[in-house]
Amino acid sequence: MEMKPLTRAILGLVCLLVAIWLVAPTLVVVPMSFNENKSLAFPPQGFSWQWYQNFVTNPDWSNSFLNSLKVASIVSVLATVLGTLAAFGLDRMKARPANLLRMLMLTPMVVPGVVLAIGIYAVYLDTRLVGTLLGFVLAHTILALPFVLIAVSANLEVFDRRLETAAASLGAGALTTFRTVTLPLIAPGVLSGLLFAFATSFDEIVVSLFITNPYLKTLPVQIFASITRDADPTVAAVGTILLFATTMLIGGGMLLLGRERKGRQ
Amino acid sequence: MSASEPTIPAAERRWAWRPYALALPALVLLLAVIGYPLLTIVARSLSEPEWGLQNYIWFFSVPINLTVLQRTFVISTWVTLVCVVSAYPYAYLMTAVGPRVRLVLLLCVLIPFWVSGVVRTLSWVILLQDSGVINSVLRSLGLGGVRLIRTQTGVVIGMAQVLLPFMILPLYSVMKGIDLRLMRAAQSLGARPFRAFFTIYLPLSLPGVYAGAIIVFILALGFYITPALLGGPRSTMLSTLVQTQVLSLLQWGRGGAMGVVLLVTTFVLLALAAPVMRSKYREAGRH
Repeated sequence: MEMKPLTRAILGLVCLLVAIWLVAPTLVVVPMSFNENKSLAFPPQGFSWQWYQNFVTNPDWSNSFLNSLKVASIVSVLATVLGTLAAFGLDRMKARPANLLRMLMLTPMVVPGVVLAIGIYAVYLDTRLVGTLLGFVLAHTILALPFVLIAVSANLEVFDRRLETAAASLGAGALTTFRTVTLPLIAPGVLSGLLFAFATSFDEIVVSLFITNPYLKTLPVQIFASITRDADPTVAAVGTILLFATTMLIGGGMLLLGRERKGRQ
Repeated sequence: MSASEPTIPAAERRWAWRPYALALPALVLLLAVIGYPLLTIVARSLSEPEWGLQNYIWFFSVPINLTVLQRTFVISTWVTLVCVVSAYPYAYLMTAVGPRVRLVLLLCVLIPFWVSGVVRTLSWVILLQDSGVINSVLRSLGLGGVRLIRTQTGVVIGMAQVLLPFMILPLYSVMKGIDLRLMRAAQSLGARPFRAFFTIYLPLSLPGVYAGAIIVFILALGFYITPALLGGPRSTMLSTLVQTQVLSLLQWGRGGAMGVVLLVTTFVLLALAAPVMRSKYREAGRH
């Protein structure tokens, strides 16, 4: 569609502002993380690495980080297995029960966080799961499951099932067919589901705030506590590290994807 | 399987239960970790301290609760409006530029989307606080400071930024599918660009607007972290009220009733939106 230069300029300007609004606020943690004073007031004073040091040496921070890694790793595997199985099941069911079950399995995405949190907290108090690894894993898995289901289902929709029939007609058993034909073809969906599950768990805060206790804290809980308690720039250091890691992962992934696509053409 | 489907071979019929077995583990976990807890909350809202509707009557008769309920809707509406207005041109530009710029625009959406939500809210605290970036810039320009943190405006700015990707992505996916030749056809038939936009492009992009707006509004209704950190007593939303009742006052019945109200509202909105969104999607996919 042809646009007048003026329209184009205004559109470009508006989008630039939106892009800045999206990205710039998050970047503000970077200068704050090198602050010399124990304060989050702007502008930061001097330069020091002490908050990064504190992140590594202070057990409150390092333990919560390791806890988050542990929980998110288990959750990503568990949610991916359960979600992939379910996606297959739904794909091979009749439309009516499949739609019903799919809606049911997507509910964790729309139930307001706090409502879910008080429910899970109530049940965990009765079953003594508050502040346990199992408690965190179960809650996060169910929150991550919809993302895996969506990712794998999207892949299954474009998967040509005649390939399986072909493999079977050539004498491959059900497991061999799955391992050598189906799984490689839906691997992108499974992988992105795994990534989404990890990110969901690593970032989960609302339910975690309720089911945490002093013995088991995850990183977001520690960050939240730190923000509400004092102006400790360690949160800014953690934010910077997470921002850097995320940018590398996404940027790298997209570059790889782009190159692969270009190579195929 | 019934006799009305004679085309299914016997071997396949024998395995008809298998899909259900595959979905079973996820379903069991779902019922145990979501279904049972939600039922517990409903039961507690009706039974504590004694059986009856007392907690719901309490919720709807105390003015402060109604104020917060209304405020939750107002804030969510503002957030949705801000998201629609800023996401629409952005998503449109994503469809109009070359692949390289599109990648940059997409990265701008995805990176904040993937950066931890708590960290993003922390950034807004640093920006909006009285000794924050915005106020120190204003002061160095010789202008007086403005109060942003612990105000409704601050909450809306922060929430809209966190939720913006949920608006941009569905909009973009719908706009991507719009056939721009239709616009050219309209213009060649004499429609001015504005007219062509309002009569052709806008209606075709509405499914994306609906989808995004519903997602953003529903997520905004249940927001907890951003209002808790950026808001003050005069911008409390329903989620914070639920948390206070349960964790601080140990009023499981009252907190549960509030939670059920929030939950029911969410599902009613979803149910109202589902048929509209489905038919719109079908329309968009037809051509």
